[in-house]
Amino acid sequence: MSGKLTMSTGNKAVAAAAKMAKPVVVAAYPITPQTEIIETIADYVASGEMDARYIPVESEHSAMTACIGASITGVRVFTATSSHGLLYMHEMLHWAAGARLPIVMGQVNRTLAPGWNIWAEHTDALSQRDTGWLQIYVSTVQEAYDATLMAFRIAEDTRVLLPVMINMDGFLLSHIMQPFEMTEPGDFIPPLNLPHKIDVLDPKGYGAMSPANVHYQFRFDMEKSMRASRTVIDETETEFKKRFGRTYKPVDEYLTEDADVIIIALGTLGKEAEVAADLLRKEGIKAGVMRIRWFRPFPLDMNIKGKELVVIDRDYSFGFGGVIAGEIQARYPDAKIASIIAGLGGQEVTYEDMAAFVKNRKTGTEFWFGIPQEEQ
Amino acid sequence: MMPKMTISVPHEGAAGLTGAWRTFRPVVNRDVCNKCGICAMFCPDAVIDPDTLEIDLVYCKGCGICANECPKKCIEMVREEH
Repeated sequence: MSGKLTMSTGNKAVAAAAKMAKPVVVAAYPITPQTEIIETIADYVASGEMDARYIPVESEHSAMTACIGASITGVRVFTATSSHGLLYMHEMLHWAAGARLPIVMGQVNRTLAPGWNIWAEHTDALSQRDTGWLQIYVSTVQEAYDATLMAFRIAEDTRVLLPVMINMDGFLLSHIMQPFEMTEPGDFIPPLNLPHKIDVLDPKGYGAMSPANVHYQFRFDMEKSMRASRTVIDETETEFKKRFGRTYKPVDEYLTEDADVIIIALGTLGKEAEVAADLLRKEGIKAGVMRIRWFRPFPLDMNIKGKELVVIDRDYSFGFGGVIAGEIQARYPDAKIASIIAGLGGQEVTYEDMAAFVKNRKTGTEFWFGIPQEEQ
Repeated sequence: MMPKMTISVPHEGAAGLTGAWRTFRPVVNRDVCNKCGICAMFCPDAVIDPDTLEIDLVYCKGCGICANECPKKCIEMVREEH
């Protein structure tokens, strides 16, 4: 990092990035631990620092609906939510993607009730995986800021035109402070030119009936754009490195080249796992880390051949297993996976715990961290 | 690049010849009508010409709102005989 550093929480960094992207409309509803994002944006708007229309709606369903209405007019739109708020948006998440609107959303990962729990878990966002949104999981304040800037450029690219969700662990990242560089994006995010925006001089009907003989074509077009987004993500991350010097890839790798065993995790767990890998290497175990950043589109070329995988899921799909372990197994049928379910409801998982997962791994099994062996 | 999606362009008769849906037809007693134009204002399908107050029976669905709103009660809904 070369520029001036600022201390900030993850939430404030996302808000600052949203301000830099100059959205015209922000519609949001507060929910712990996301509140600080939209509180900060409301402050920017009130003080005139940000020239946007802030719509304080009465629910998350309305927040996403207001974003859809604003976005279809061809302006840049931002929102943020978490957990139950995200689930309350569920219907409209499908709508936003189906209407091909490049809405960008800050999403703070939090556990779902009951019982009430505000700590980090990924089940909220992973359960929205089929909505047609691109999803990225970040691990540092700098990455939260950078990913938010890049999200606008990726979503609005006419080869994509799908909404993007930036996922950040509740409290573990949303509320911790780290130094980061508040890079001015300049013309890194080009002006939005939505090809299907509403034009009052050329009126059209949106969301008309789509009969059975054509509907599948709209869905395939979404998938084509999702596939094309891999290229757009690569281009955007390459351009970001060229301009601002920070390197990002769909999967962040740490000491993987010569590794025998690789820890795979999302978000802050994936970052903490690097310390576990260092610890294991001191003990002579060749460990590495792959931190999946882009979950949708799912990474296609993970270099995991011949390596043992310890996949840590901070989520669960009941009656199936860990979501990430399942998706890796589906995409890479030969993968040798030891599935670990850890960190649910904010359960503390240290790098020492992760090193123990690696040492005690049993390929082909699922292990719930904290549950006695005889109950597994 | 334009994404593939459901966008319709509005045009006259987009839903077909809706006059065929009609069970009751509005018949205006022009001797009583004072040309106030309230029928045209209330017509949900805009099939009553605001100037001439002629009803376009190709698209009138026969809902009867005009007859209900007419302050002179000079519009009678007459059963269609098909």
